[in-house]
Parts: sequence; structure tokens; C-alpha cells
Amino acid sequence: MLRFIVRRLVQMVGVVFVLSLLLFIWLRMLPGGTVSAILGDRATPESRARLEKALGLDQPIWVQYWAYLKRALTGNFGASTGVLPGRDAFDIFLTRFPGTIELSFFAILIAVILGIPMGYLAARRRASFFDNASVIVSLIGVAVPVFFLAFLLKYIFAVQLGWLPVSGRQSNIDATRVTGFFVLDGILTREWDAAWDAFKHLILPAFTLATIPFAVIFRITRASVLEVLDEDFVRTAESKGLTNRIIRGRHVLRNALLPVVTTIGLQVGGLLAGAILTESVFSFGGIGEALALAFEHRDYSVLQVLIMASAATFVIVNLLVDITYAVIDPRVRTR
Amino acid sequence: MKLTRRAATVVLAGSVMVGMAGCAKSDRTTDSNTASGSSSAGSGGGTASDTFTFGAAGAPEVFDPYYASDGETFRITRQIFQGLLGIKPGTADPQPELAESWEPSKDGLSWTFKLRQGVKFTDGEVFNAAAVCYNFERMFDQNEVAQAGPAEYWAYTMLGFKGSETESLYKSCEAKDDSTAVINLTRYTSDFPILLTLESFSMQSPKALKDGDANNVQKEGDGFKYPAYAMAPVGTGPYKLSKYDEANKTITLVRNDDFWGDKAKTANLVFKVIPDESTRRQELEAGSINAYDLPNPADWKGLEEKGNQVLVRPAFNILYMGLNPEKNDKLQDIRVRKAIYMALNRDELVQTQLPEGAKVATQFMPDTVAGYNTALQPMKYDPEAAKALLKEAGAEGMTLQFAYPSEVSRPYMPDPQKIHDALRANLEAIGIKVDVVTKPWNGGYLDGVDNGLFDAWLLGWTGDYNSANNFIGTFFGSDVNDFHTWKTDFGKTLSKELDDANGIVDEGERTTAYEAVNKKIMEDYLPGLPISHSPPALVVGKGVEGLTASPLTAEMFDTVTVTKS
Repeated sequence: MLRFIVRRLVQMVGVVFVLSLLLFIWLRMLPGGTVSAILGDRATPESRARLEKALGLDQPIWVQYWAYLKRALTGNFGASTGVLPGRDAFDIFLTRFPGTIELSFFAILIAVILGIPMGYLAARRRASFFDNASVIVSLIGVAVPVFFLAFLLKYIFAVQLGWLPVSGRQSNIDATRVTGFFVLDGILTREWDAAWDAFKHLILPAFTLATIPFAVIFRITRASVLEVLDEDFVRTAESKGLTNRIIRGRHVLRNALLPVVTTIGLQVGGLLAGAILTESVFSFGGIGEALALAFEHRDYSVLQVLIMASAATFVIVNLLVDITYAVIDPRVRTR
Repeated sequence: MKLTRRAATVVLAGSVMVGMAGCAKSDRTTDSNTASGSSSAGSGGGTASDTFTFGAAGAPEVFDPYYASDGETFRITRQIFQGLLGIKPGTADPQPELAESWEPSKDGLSWTFKLRQGVKFTDGEVFNAAAVCYNFERMFDQNEVAQAGPAEYWAYTMLGFKGSETESLYKSCEAKDDSTAVINLTRYTSDFPILLTLESFSMQSPKALKDGDANNVQKEGDGFKYPAYAMAPVGTGPYKLSKYDEANKTITLVRNDDFWGDKAKTANLVFKVIPDESTRRQELEAGSINAYDLPNPADWKGLEEKGNQVLVRPAFNILYMGLNPEKNDKLQDIRVRKAIYMALNRDELVQTQLPEGAKVATQFMPDTVAGYNTALQPMKYDPEAAKALLKEAGAEGMTLQFAYPSEVSRPYMPDPQKIHDALRANLEAIGIKVDVVTKPWNGGYLDGVDNGLFDAWLLGWTGDYNSANNFIGTFFGSDVNDFHTWKTDFGKTLSKELDDANGIVDEGERTTAYEAVNKKIMEDYLPGLPISHSPPALVVGKGVEGLTASPLTAEMFDTVTVTKS
């Protein structure tokens, strides 16, 4: 097991290094750039040249990369030029990462809590009204564009009904920050109003972000349960006279969940892609929104940190999934 | 066994939580919410709120206005800082602020400022002539990194720094006595002293600047690193910075109770950063913000119907169609440029594509700027004459590559694509083949304009202050410019004429000179085609009173009251 983990960790370092190089080159090949973003319509040929020189962007790209690599290895990823000019890019990541984690956690929680039972029930009652209705709901979840769904949810629950806030992570209340996870901070410091306020801010974006993972988890669970229900061992269990509870719990669900766990892992890794849009339309201060802003401003330092960190997260989550897999199914370990 | 393991997990998780909770203490001094509460009964049956919340489109850069250059930062620092000269509300004209009066020497090289007495910075330091000179010397004496980037407005207006290759307009500052400061220039410019209305020239506490090592800007990777002072500004304005919650993207200012003038009417000023425009609108409709900037003109009516007020600013900008004679040599012939201008139906454009109050432009500056030539008439829309002129110039059926920026809205150009569509149809009507190019604003468009990649393009300018030099001087003051006038026979002459006009000390004579240059630009040179002036707006929600819209987007919030219904 340990060897398995070490091997995967070494692979991870390689992936991150290659990615950093490709990313560095790709960003600088994009049309537009930091200088245009900073100067905007005030740019003149002279001011442009001056700023390019000051930022070292007139240097050959390999010189820039070498300087970046040397700095990055000491933990210095450069200062932001667009998202929060002057702030350390890694600090921006640290400030915003808890927001994305908090949002993703609730989103995946919603997707799992709804997706697995609904998928299971739909499979058990195949071709029933419930089955058909849930399949349609899951299809809508995938098909409706996020910005439209977000707009609609905000309009109904925030603007019209006034039950939930429109955007952001918390109202401007006097809240103590401990971990950066606003709900958790409120609980830890017993500032219940702050925790409740942060929680209310999470509901709409979490539901929006959950739509796609929910649809995927629901469908995989349904398909997987259907497949397992047809297996010989289920029939054997039934003929042995085991109770329905044991058959469903120990035989059907446990076997059907293997592909679902993989799917959840992939969905967690992929949540960041969804978070870019969801966080942007809810003005939710996580790394998804920061990525969109950094891209718009061609904020190289922040883009590099955020993309590298997201890639690392993705790789780590996948590693965790593989470990979970190995725990659930011992055969994986020996392969 | 299973149950025990599960129980152990729960116990472990529980004890971690309890442990963390033990370390985490609330910082609250009272158990009430400070910023969002309301107090004191107001007039008209509603309750006066002690907080005005503004939905900002972007996060502020740094709070040291000297190193800032964007509108979102200035909107905040304007409430914290003041300059020697202020801006008369609702106009682009100067008015006394920290200086009560000012007087030039005969040659315009020496300016004496009589300072307001009894003014203190929010750190308790006294504002006096020595503080003024400390500020100017601080702005003048910048390290190489700051000179190249962050000190952008100084570089743009005062040209050079202490020890820099380019000579600065600033020479020295003398504190004659506590209330008299004299600023000496190396040569005269019509922009002085009005450029002192710029946010970047705000007066800051010398002690705070010194203690916070304010000038220590360093390069850090692909960006700049600012000293601690940049996040802890100390000014003389009606508000002071209370808190910048970066994780929650809110900036809170509180009333400066020691302010020398009328105290701010609302105790707290909150800026909530909401980059998405439709979200800002929904926040306003939900009542969680009180105002936001640049509502889409298509939304103005709908916003008003819901009881909000759309405050339209006087148009202090220009939208133009840039032309590049180097890229397309047909454009070197003034007859071709004129023909293109005559083909554009700008009356229709203004009526159909621009917000109410927009005007057809006759020159490269709005009519409130001294030097505007009232005798100039708009180029008449005449497609037939345009066709004939094109034929005469041998450019019939010419191809014109015409670019516009995608995914952006500018105060002078709310919907670039629609404006481009209308103008393109006009050009095609006289037989010009239009090659449409579109690129994201910062995804190749601005680069394309600066690097001369387009034959023709749409761009504009919002004035920084009321001066002809800030408009036409910016465009054509040097012949190395976006319009590539160095490629024409008039480029150098035009730059010289502008330089000469800018150097005339007598205001009347200078105005006449600028009027003459404007006439020449439009009739003899026509380096680009001024299209229109568009009024941008900001919107305030129900119950908000006392906000005066500014053509420079320099609104002050100290006069604002908010009543909750």
C-alpha cells in the first residue's frame, strides 16, 4: 500500500513540473497581456514599453521561466497584477481556497445525498413514474446552462422571495476569521449569526454547482444498481432466503457503489471547472472567480498559482479515490 | 467491533472540533452586528440607515492613490483623501479644497497655494505647507520600479522623476510659511494646476508615509509589491479606512469625526465587490446594495420603473474611429478619410445605439472643455458625395479592415458590436468592403490597436480633468501615437501646434489657439473620425438621496443619506 502511494506521489511531482512549463509558455502566448490589462485605453507606445521592461516581460521566455522556477521553489510565486494588485499570488490562493472547498463540499454533499438514493430507487422501480421523472430532472440538470440556472435561482429566492442572499460569501457583519471556512469559523467562535449567514450564502451556489455532479452520480448509480441486480450472486442471495435489507445493503449497494465512488472522485476534481462559472455569477470569492478574473486581467502570477494548485488538488483527489478504491476492493492493491 | 470503531471516529472528530473551538475566540467586542444595523429615525416615515453600500465592479488596487490608476480604487480613495484642488460637484471644473486659493507667477512657472488652516490628517498630524512639500518631493523621488509602472499618473502628467532621463515638469516646492506653499515648474503647461484634481495627487500624512516606508515599491515576479502603507492610508477626507475583508471582498470606511468640513451624513460606507453586472443589478433589486456604476443603458428604463434612480452624468468623453494610414495606404489620402466620415450616419447611430443624451461629435473633445470650437459643424452624412469622393481618390471598392472589441462595455461605447454593425453597414453602402475583426478587449484588441494591426477601429477616452491637452494632447501630442500620424505629412506639425498651444500662459490666447488647432484637425488633417459623446450613468436604489453624478465619475458619498422604507 505504501509503495503504491509513494509511486503515485512521484508521478504527481512529474506531472506538476511539466504542467508548470507548459502553462508558463501557454499564458505568454495568449493574445493580450498584463501590460494592456494594467494600462487599458490609456496605453501609449512609451508607457507600454516602460511597463514591459519594469515587469521583465521584454526578456526571452526561457529567462523568465528560469527566474520563475527559482522563485517558485522558494515559495515565492510573484505578486498579483489584476485580481488584487500587489498581493502575493499564493496568499490570494490561500485566502480564496477555503471558499471553494466550502462550496464544493456542500455541492458534492447535495449531489451525493440526492444522487445515490434517487439512483438506487429509480433502478429498483425501473420504468416507474419516479424513474422517468428523475431521469428527466437529471437531464435538465446537465442541459440548463449554469448562468441561466443561477440567474433564475437568484431571481426567485433572493430578489422576489428575499429568503436568501443574491451573492457573496457573507454579509458585511462583524465575523471573526479563524480558518477561512466561514461556516466553520462561525461555529468555532460561537458566532452563530455569522455561521448561519455564511450558510445561507452557500445554498444557491451549492445547488447550482451540484446540478451536474448530481445528474452524473444519479445516472451512474442507477445504471450500476440495475447491472448488479441482474448478477447471479443477487439471485443466489435471494434463493438463500436472505432478507431484502441484507441483499440490498450488503450485496447490491456495496457492489454497485464501486463505480459511483470513482465517479464522485472525478466529479470532485472536476468541480473547479464548474466553480469558475458558479462563483463568477454568484460573486462568490473562491478560486474559481479568481481564475476568471485573473484570466481577464492576464494576471500571470495568480493564474500560475491557481492552475498549478488546482492541478495538484485534482491529482491528490484522484490519489485519494484510488486509495479508497483499494480499501473497498482489495484486488486493486495487488495489481 | 464495528460500532466501537465508528464510535471512536465520532469521538475523535468531536474532540478535534472542541479543541479547535478552544483555540478559536470571537474577536467581537459587543455581540451586535456593527455595520449593518440601523439607527436614528429619519424623515419621511422611513428609518435612516447608517450604512451606504456600493456595488463595485472590481477590487481596489492599493489604497495609496499615488500608485493607483483605476476607477474602482479612486472611487474609494476619493472618500479618504483630498487634494489641493477639488472638483466642483457635477462638473469637471476645479474648486478649492485643501488649498483655498492659488496664484501663478507671470511666466506660469511658479504657483503659490494658500492652504486651508485647521486641517488634520486622520492620524492627528497637522496639514500645512511642509506636508504639501513632503508629498510633492515624495511623488517626485521614486525608485526605478515605481517610475516604470505604479507611478503611472505622475509619469503621464509630470513626465519625469528625480534623476530620470525625461525632465520632469516639477522642479521644487517651498514652504513659505505654514499656510503658503509654492510649487515651481521647469516649464509651463496648461494642465497645471488643474491636474492636481487627480486622485493621485492627494495629500497624505507625511508621518504615515515615512513610518510605512511608502515609496518602497519592489518588483515581485510578474507584478509589483507595495509597502505596508499602501494598505493603511491616512488622509484628510470625510471617511477613513476601517477594514478590508479580502476573503469576503468588502471594504468598510467609517466617518472621520474630526473632518474639517461638514461631517459625512452616513456613518459607514461599504464597498462590496461584485464583478458581474447582472448580479449587481439583482443585489440592488434585493436591496442589499444601494448603488452601482455603469448600468447597461438597455436597463435604465427597467431600473427606473422599479423605483430606482438612474443618475446620468454629463458626457465627458469621446468615441472615435481610429484610422491607420500605415497599415492601409489608401487612408493616407485625406479624401478617402473624408469619404469614410461622410458615409457614417451618426445621427441615426446616436439615436438608435447610444443612451439618451448622447451627442454627435464635431471634434475630439466635449463642448465643456476650453478650446472647443463652437463654429465646427458635424460632417454631413452624404453617401452619394462620399462615393464620388472615393472615386476621385481612386479608392472605389476599397477594402477596410475594421475592428471592435468583444465582451466589453466602455462609458463612451456601451455596446461596441452594435455600434460597429451600424457603422459597417454605412461603409458597405458606399461600396467599401469591410473586413470585420473582433478581439477581446484584453485578449488582443488593445494590443492590436497599439501595435497597428487594424486599418480602422473603435476606441475612446474619458477626460481626467477639464483641459484640451488631456484630450487632443493625449491623442496627437506626440506623432508616435495610435493614429500613426508620423506616417502622414502633418504629424509633426500637429504635435508642434499642440505643444505650442499648451505652452501659452494667457488663458484667452490659449483657448483661441486650441480652437484653431481643433479646426485644423477636423478640416485639414482628419487623423481619425470623432463619432460621439455618450453620457454614462450610475444607479441608486430607493431611499438614497444627496448623490451628485460627476462627469469625471468622481462622486463624493459624504452627502449621501439612505432611508430604509
